[in-house]
Amino acid sequence: MNNIVMETRIRLARNLKKYPFPCRLNAQQKTEVANVIIDSIKNCNSPIVNDLEVIWIKDLSESERISLVEKHLASPEFISETEGRAIVISNDRTMSIMLNEEDHIRLQILKKGDDLSGAYDIADKLDTLLDENLDFAFDEKLGYLTQCPTNLGTGMRASVMLHLPALKAGRAIGRIAGNLQKLGLTIRGRYGEGTEPKGAIYQLSNQVTLGISEESAIENLKNIAKQLESQEKAAQQRMVKSIEAQDKLCRSLGILKTAKLISCEEAMELISNVRFGVNAGVIDSVEISTIDNLIEKIQPATMMVDKGKQLTPQERDILRAEIIQTNI
Amino acid sequence: MKCQKCQNREATTHIKRVINGEFEEYNLCSECAKEMGYGNLFHDFTSSFADDFNSLFGSFFENALPARTQATRCDTCGSSYNDIQRTGMMGCADCYNIFYKEIMPTIRKVHGNTTHCGKNSAAFKAERAKTAVEKPETKEPENELEKLQKELSTAVENQEFEKAAELRDKIKDMEGNDE
Repeated sequence: MNNIVMETRIRLARNLKKYPFPCRLNAQQKTEVANVIIDSIKNCNSPIVNDLEVIWIKDLSESERISLVEKHLASPEFISETEGRAIVISNDRTMSIMLNEEDHIRLQILKKGDDLSGAYDIADKLDTLLDENLDFAFDEKLGYLTQCPTNLGTGMRASVMLHLPALKAGRAIGRIAGNLQKLGLTIRGRYGEGTEPKGAIYQLSNQVTLGISEESAIENLKNIAKQLESQEKAAQQRMVKSIEAQDKLCRSLGILKTAKLISCEEAMELISNVRFGVNAGVIDSVEISTIDNLIEKIQPATMMVDKGKQLTPQERDILRAEIIQTNI
Repeated sequence: MKCQKCQNREATTHIKRVINGEFEEYNLCSECAKEMGYGNLFHDFTSSFADDFNSLFGSFFENALPARTQATRCDTCGSSYNDIQRTGMMGCADCYNIFYKEIMPTIRKVHGNTTHCGKNSAAFKAERAKTAVEKPETKEPENELEKLQKELSTAVENQEFEKAAELRDKIKDMEGNDE
């Protein structure tokens, strides 16, 4: 069981040939483009697109919008604008299609654990299905044409979310990031981009999309993810040899189990410690899957959406502590 | 870090730009940035796309002014290369054709490659399949002709004149058909 890779994601960028890219569309035209795509999805006769829900971003409350980002169904950029933007989400939430984000279509397959090839397989099928009725902007030399030239070619961004607490503690991520860039890959914090990543969760993805096939890009990513995984495992084993480290991990579980008020930031850090403890064999009373499900449930906007009302920061901290204690 | 322009105030604005494929980077203070026309960057990002679109088309149709016509604009979406540089975004699929030369160095810098390798769109595959089918059809008779001509020269070399005469007639028939 691979517990370092938490989540796998494949994202494909596509645009309709007939319309300018979203940056050149007004709200009305964006709505038109979104409707064309939604109709085409509805007319697809395939089990892949069963049970899809269409959500217009302008119909959502602020918390509902942010919650989409917390659940990794939409990007922060996507919810920053509301007009003419819609998202199509599958019932099991493994599939989401953002309409009029940076490109007309950003389809995403999200899978728990380590399954890049499986995720790509579904993304590829969905793309082929959409391609039957929609004429995509494509060029023999440049591949799929995208609003930003950084996505040209396959238009594919493949990512794995990695939990790297020991490498983070050893300050090794910076050095690794520098080397990855040379390989056409990039690593950054999953939560709290740009700052210290919350919960030591990192996103490793391919940077280059032109001149490399989907399969090769995924293969590259798999290899590097595997290397990071074994480095992390080795670093974890080295760290937990000290009683101080073991103490820190076990205390984290203690705080999670007994706290009355807990902020998202603190919870993420403690959960990361407990996850580390379980992975390294120091803690055995908690399941990894329980911890991973918990991370989503304690995000601020998602908590308010689940509760169905606005909460003050203190109310959230109380509720967060309760949620954690009913789960672990 | 001090501002690179006035060498005095603290640099707060980091500017990266690509002009004719040349990458440049500056660290400027907010005053100098404003002076150089980078003051309202944030406004550009937050102003609604609808406004952008309208003002763009406004200027597009009124661009009989000589100063404006200097910049080539994409017929489909109205983007100039200036717009693309400013936003880092292409306006539409046709922009890649129109600004191909200008954008190529950037693409090479970002990807290290300039030729797509991977999945092809259905429309492109259909197009390619069509040309692939057309080609053999025109090629095959040629091959047949070439084959006969080769056989003819071998027959002549071997002094098999009867066979050669037969082949010559066949070749004549074929060439006649082509005409």
